Amino acid sequence: MSVTVYVPNDSAAVGLGANATAQAISKIAAERGLSIRLIRNGSRGLFWLEPFVEVVTNEGRIGYGPVEAQDVPSLFDAQFLQGGSHRLRLGAPESIPYLARQERLTFSRVGITDPLSISDYEAHGGGRGLRAALQAKPGDLVEEISQSGLRGRGGAAFPAGIKWKTVLNARAEQKYIVCNADEGDSGTFSDRMILEGDPFVLIEGMVIAGLAVGATEGYIYLRSEYPHALSILLAAIQNAHEAGYLGANLLGTGKRFQLHVRRGAGAYICGEETAMLESLEGKRGMVRPKPPIPALSGLWGRPTLIHNVMTLAAVALIVDKGGAFYAGFGAGRSRGTLPFQLAGNIKRGGLVEKAFGVTLREMLYEFGGGSASGRPIRAVQVGGPLGAYLPESKFDTTLDYESFAAAGGMVGHGGIVVFDDTVDMAQMARYAMEFCAIESCGKCTPCRIGSTRGVEVIDRVIQGKQRPENLTLLRDLCDTLSNASLCAMGGLTPSPVLSALTHFPEDFHRAPALAPGGRASRTIRRH
Amino acid sequence: MDSRLPANTSPTVLGTQDLLATIDSVIAANRSVAGALLPMLHGIQDLLGYVPSTAVPRLADALNLSQAEVHGVLSFYHDFRTVPPGCHILRLCRAEACQAMGCNALETHLQKQHGLSFNETAADGSITLEPVYCLGNCACAPSVLVDGEVRGRVTSEKLDRWIQELRTTAGGNP
Repeated sequence: MSVTVYVPNDSAAVGLGANATAQAISKIAAERGLSIRLIRNGSRGLFWLEPFVEVVTNEGRIGYGPVEAQDVPSLFDAQFLQGGSHRLRLGAPESIPYLARQERLTFSRVGITDPLSISDYEAHGGGRGLRAALQAKPGDLVEEISQSGLRGRGGAAFPAGIKWKTVLNARAEQKYIVCNADEGDSGTFSDRMILEGDPFVLIEGMVIAGLAVGATEGYIYLRSEYPHALSILLAAIQNAHEAGYLGANLLGTGKRFQLHVRRGAGAYICGEETAMLESLEGKRGMVRPKPPIPALSGLWGRPTLIHNVMTLAAVALIVDKGGAFYAGFGAGRSRGTLPFQLAGNIKRGGLVEKAFGVTLREMLYEFGGGSASGRPIRAVQVGGPLGAYLPESKFDTTLDYESFAAAGGMVGHGGIVVFDDTVDMAQMARYAMEFCAIESCGKCTPCRIGSTRGVEVIDRVIQGKQRPENLTLLRDLCDTLSNASLCAMGGLTPSPVLSALTHFPEDFHRAPALAPGGRASRTIRRH
Repeated sequence: MDSRLPANTSPTVLGTQDLLATIDSVIAANRSVAGALLPMLHGIQDLLGYVPSTAVPRLADALNLSQAEVHGVLSFYHDFRTVPPGCHILRLCRAEACQAMGCNALETHLQKQHGLSFNETAADGSITLEPVYCLGNCACAPSVLVDGEVRGRVTSEKLDRWIQELRTTAGGNP
């Protein structure tokens, strides 16, 4: 009988050599006349152990990692197909503390199933939400989402139930579900991991959302930086069609839902919902003023339910197990779980799905194990490039929306980027302004011009020119950006800048060291 | 999906007629798509590696847009190139997580050791270097995309080795 072997096909695993590992396993198995069934799964999200190989044995799944191609012959010598001992043997994956301490709801199947197999999906609880939704009344589905307390996982944390109700009550011949898969925040990869590791859960969530609010068409706006996720998603959509999860006759009920995928083109601003709608319509990704809100006038002017991948990926479970089940996790008004992402200079980087309520310090040290470099952690940016830089004195803040906002931060999409004590926070503040200048859509003046002026002012500070005056000017400029920008891009760029200035003022008062041509004098460029 | 040109094919060797035929085929294939301009631009760049200026009036005509509108979209998005790239495309992430793991030093290394600067193509036409802002590989930073394939925990030594490989497989493009 053939032995089942799992080698992740997640981008991060592939980027560390998983394809070569998989090829080596197939080749040596063939040479030694051993029958194996190789499945390319998603990643468990323990990236310091990737490529993470798993074997199905009589005692359950046994993990080995990190397995590079050169390690494969010795694994066969150690009888790893029977779970044999080897220096890379990790035992049952679920017993690894990093995984054992998580509460995986959205990621319950990622790394476990074959991402393209509907039968595997259903064997692990998939599809039940859709089956229930096909029998339910739209209003009841919306009520279930409201009960769950689910809030938008893209960053704004708006209550999903209110959005669903608004779209449900909007009258139009055509409504749309749009999934924002333009995961542009540095330090975030949970959307990508779902797209590559369990795409059916997103598809199912979108179909349920369509049934609930009366939309028969959906779009996934996927960033172009994720070519691997795109190919897996397209294959999954095809399989979902064949299984009746999509199309004109959903699971034989006569109800319908069509799903399209559109590729972004390298513009961060298209993660802003109205810029994304413009882009979907084939235009420049320029932010639209609100109102009208997209729930009433969105894609092509029709009522549109827009959610991030993580929000939609939570829907099937909520409908299957009930809103109360999901609301049973979390803290305060932040209900459910958030898949946090540990990134940057961190020893054990990866995906940590936890109920809201864990502290940043637990994330950094108990899960992350401290910095990768072994040096002290000096600054942490949570919530992407528009999130604040936090110093050690803030590490005991609880990771839920309200607590984090009270501490001057933003949970956002749950990305946690770690920096050790070699970081120059004046340069990070400069980069925040530079990034805004590169990615601004140009619609509003504070963001378009203010970001460029911001780079110039910070450069003068770094160069030691009239520091007190320029720092006053910088704070004044940030005030203008915060209060007068059209969207969060310009409105929140001051957040990393001012937090760097507030918590790490010493970095703005160093003796100017960079000669002309050094980083401080670089000009903004992209094209 | 990032444009890796077929072996021994350079867009510059395509004749004008072939270029126009390629553009027209992409337009025809996407004509019924709603909001078709981005899919068309992607389609053209997937096949040619860039969007030639000759595509602009044809796209405008097909979509009932002005040439200014097409140009506006083409120039808005960082992905679209208007000149042919080198044989290989190397994209270095310079977002925060990669900065925390030393991508700025890699940028300097590429410039000093290999003469590669952002948005420029090596003089031998082998490699185009582009910045990218997050590849979603932030737990394995720093990251690059080599012809559409993500590679993590990049070091200057690894870059040296890959660039050597890319240059030898560049097919003697002038």
